[in-house]
Amino acid sequence: MSMRTPLSRITGRGSSKFGTEDYWIQRVSAVALVPLSIFFVLVLICLVGAPYEKAHAVLGSPWVAIPMGATVIAAVVHMRIGIQVIIEDYTPSDLGKIAFVLLNNFFSALVALAILWAVAKLSFGM
Amino acid sequence: MSTQSKPGSGVERPLSPHLFIYAPSWTMVMSVVHRGTGAALYFGTLLLAAWLIAVGAGKSSYDTVQWMFNSWLGQLVLLGFTWSLLCHLLGGIRFLIWDLVYGFGEKERRWLAIGTYVLSGVLTVLVFIVGYIVK
Repeated sequence: MSMRTPLSRITGRGSSKFGTEDYWIQRVSAVALVPLSIFFVLVLICLVGAPYEKAHAVLGSPWVAIPMGATVIAAVVHMRIGIQVIIEDYTPSDLGKIAFVLLNNFFSALVALAILWAVAKLSFGM
Repeated sequence: MSTQSKPGSGVERPLSPHLFIYAPSWTMVMSVVHRGTGAALYFGTLLLAAWLIAVGAGKSSYDTVQWMFNSWLGQLVLLGFTWSLLCHLLGGIRFLIWDLVYGFGEKERRWLAIGTYVLSGVLTVLVFIVGYIVK
């Protein structure tokens, strides 16, 4: 017995052979974020109540700035996909879905750029 | 089971039952909480952006942001952010364990879910205790 639907049989097309990228990238970024989140929390603990000079020096050092950049890139890649899934699950209208997915992309890109700009400024700037 | 379909399609197709018809279980609660904490962290990135930009902008803006994070409301938000991060991290590790096809037994599923809750709570309290000692 064929498991294909009548519509699938009559259109005569098979699977699209793609569509799993988001799933895979979500796992890859998740694995990367396990050590990176631990690093991130440790940096925050080190900088609790820190004076300005210390915060600036720690966040501008390559030992912190480079993994911080990696954390932000992995986190934004991860959250963009995650929120898109939530939007696709719960937005009733197609138009709303498109609008929110677009907003999600813009928000994610903007947050990533803002944080990377700040990290770069702390490393190279005044 | 609710039978409902898009108006105009002419066919009454059954829809799969959703959350409300099931008795609540630990794994179901953790699934919802995983989405919730993920969404919270999404907006929490704005806090990180604000903090890092403030450090880059200079001492006065850094002091302002530090003052905000040190207020009781700021501390409450940071507590929520920390717990969301740790809960989502542990919940994510649980999903990775499941991706490797381990931990699907009835007891294992239950203990992984409860463990995520308990451990994320304990670690959050620990982070804040260490934070207050360091400060």
